[in-house]
Amino acid sequence: MGILVDSSTRVIVQGITGREGAFHTKLMLDYGTKIVAGTSPGKRGMYVHGVPVYNTIEEAIREQGFIDASIVFVPARFAPDAVYEAVDSGLKTVVVITEGIPLHDELKFINYARKKGVVIVGPNTPGLLTVGECKLGIMPGHVFKRGSIGLVSRSGTLTYEIARELGKQGFGVSTVVGLGGDPVTGLDFIDVYDMFLRDQGTEAVVLVGEIGGDAEERFALYYRGLSVRKPVVAYIAGRTAPPGKRMGHAGAIISMGIGDYSSKRRTLEESGIIVADTPSQIPSLLGSLLR
Amino acid sequence: MKLYEYEAKNIAKQYGVPVPRGRVAFTPLEARQVASEVGGEVVVKAQVLVGGRGLAGGVKFASSPEEAVEVASRLLSSEIRGVKVSAVLVEEKICISRELYLSLTIDRAARKPVFLVSEMGGVEIEDLARRYPGKIKRIYIDPEVGYTSYMARIALTALNLPWSLIGDLDSLLKSMYRIMVEYDAELVEFNPLVLTCDGRVVAVDAKIIVDDNSLQRHPELQKLHGREYLDFERRAKELGFSYVELDGDIGVISNGAGLTMATMDSILYYGGRPANFLDIGGGATRDRVKEAVKLMLQHPRSRVLLVNIFGGITRCDEVALGIVDALGEVGGLKPIIVRMLGTNEEEGRRILREHNIDSYVEMDEAVKAAVEASRRG
Repeated sequence: MGILVDSSTRVIVQGITGREGAFHTKLMLDYGTKIVAGTSPGKRGMYVHGVPVYNTIEEAIREQGFIDASIVFVPARFAPDAVYEAVDSGLKTVVVITEGIPLHDELKFINYARKKGVVIVGPNTPGLLTVGECKLGIMPGHVFKRGSIGLVSRSGTLTYEIARELGKQGFGVSTVVGLGGDPVTGLDFIDVYDMFLRDQGTEAVVLVGEIGGDAEERFALYYRGLSVRKPVVAYIAGRTAPPGKRMGHAGAIISMGIGDYSSKRRTLEESGIIVADTPSQIPSLLGSLLR
Repeated sequence: MKLYEYEAKNIAKQYGVPVPRGRVAFTPLEARQVASEVGGEVVVKAQVLVGGRGLAGGVKFASSPEEAVEVASRLLSSEIRGVKVSAVLVEEKICISRELYLSLTIDRAARKPVFLVSEMGGVEIEDLARRYPGKIKRIYIDPEVGYTSYMARIALTALNLPWSLIGDLDSLLKSMYRIMVEYDAELVEFNPLVLTCDGRVVAVDAKIIVDDNSLQRHPELQKLHGREYLDFERRAKELGFSYVELDGDIGVISNGAGLTMATMDSILYYGGRPANFLDIGGGATRDRVKEAVKLMLQHPRSRVLLVNIFGGITRCDEVALGIVDALGEVGGLKPIIVRMLGTNEEEGRRILREHNIDSYVEMDEAVKAAVEASRRG
């Protein structure tokens, strides 16, 4: 159960020989992720934590068989090329961990992937994880207890904080999806909520938004129009963020009058979605909806 | 990164966009020189990167070079919304028939560049969207296809301009898209774009924002990056931290943008006021933590420092050592409240305890303690 990835997902790590790539390959293997290959141009024949390395995804598929998903640790300058390779090699899901990719490069590969029906998670995401089955990301796996809450977020550490709060009150997670901190991302709240709606292992959704853009407002309006729903509790970071300043993430900026906290909170509440004031309130609000 | 109006206009001019004659002046004497070159009545505009310049008195007219000197010297010794004016743009005064709005930006939902077009120009897009939401036409560009000329025909209708201007508008929109792509811009805005009394289209104001992630492709702009920062922001950014100055009295250090914002917001929720946003990023070492803590211990306005770390890649023992190092170097200038958990938490707590620093497990408890300490001052 869960969405996007499960215990049968066959994974390739792009940029597996780099410091980050190698380090997280080990942690993902420890979690149980089925990593069948890695790429690193010119490093064919190497092994990283027992995973064979290839120059291209094509030869990895030829030698290892079918691959479902990739996770990209390639530096920003070369990341778009890695994404195109993954899309053209017929993978279904591409998780782009890389931070700092130029905006117009992202626009191009996100549009390209969408036309080809390939899911891009990120860029600038901690990745995604279906609890107990597959981790395609850099999050500490142990903070997510198994359960029926779908967690979708624009943040990294804040998501771990919230997962811990949920766990303390006995709420586990089905899948956690990091949308990514950049202004444009492959998936948005609506896409992921739709997947959670269809997932029998997910009972309710926790949405973690932040200032910048209007993804939360768009979700609220979409949710309002649905006839079949699963309960949602939201938390939005950045109530104290001033306009015009980038709050860490490239996407976390209030500009041209769009993206402030009050608009997000108001639109969510007008759609009947409860918004928590602090991360620690989320479990009890969720409890009131589910019990 | 925001460009100044005069920089944006210089770029626009290179791409064939009609802008008023004139140029930037850094002294009143230069302003006189430009005014006499331009001739006739001129407009003198303070060059600042904050919005609402017109309402704040940053745009003045002068009917002679002598008056331009006077106006320029007043503007050059003033502040607009707290920002010192160090340059003015001196330009010919344009006879305006109608003010229009035209911009090219990125639509996050569509994941595409989009032209925003409106015949109601001259007000900020925020106000425009609020007051006349039905009066903004959106024209999307597929980034794999780029600009094509039918878009100008749609824009012409939305702007209610005569057909005789279709060629000019086509080149204008084409130039905007070229500027966006070639400068890696996230915004190219002409507001107002005006229809002059003699029937031409001229960009009277210009704004360009360049994507920060693309600055390495534009070394000439990268050099200028950070010039709008306040002093303390500059110090923090030179150390490589993601930092924003706020106006409260509780200093904040955290890891991850979302958690840092959530820490600030919780301070407000429990009745305090955050002094800043400082994200030390993932996997910060002892030395990085030391630099961050030293910086915030020296932060002039904050009375308390709250460190909130959720250890994953970041190790709590490294954080604790960094805090102890910082206190050793600059001393306990203010109370420091630490919340940490996760990787190597026990070891981190032991190190802090040895130095008589309390640490919390729960974020809410730490935030409440920080708010309490800020009240005691």
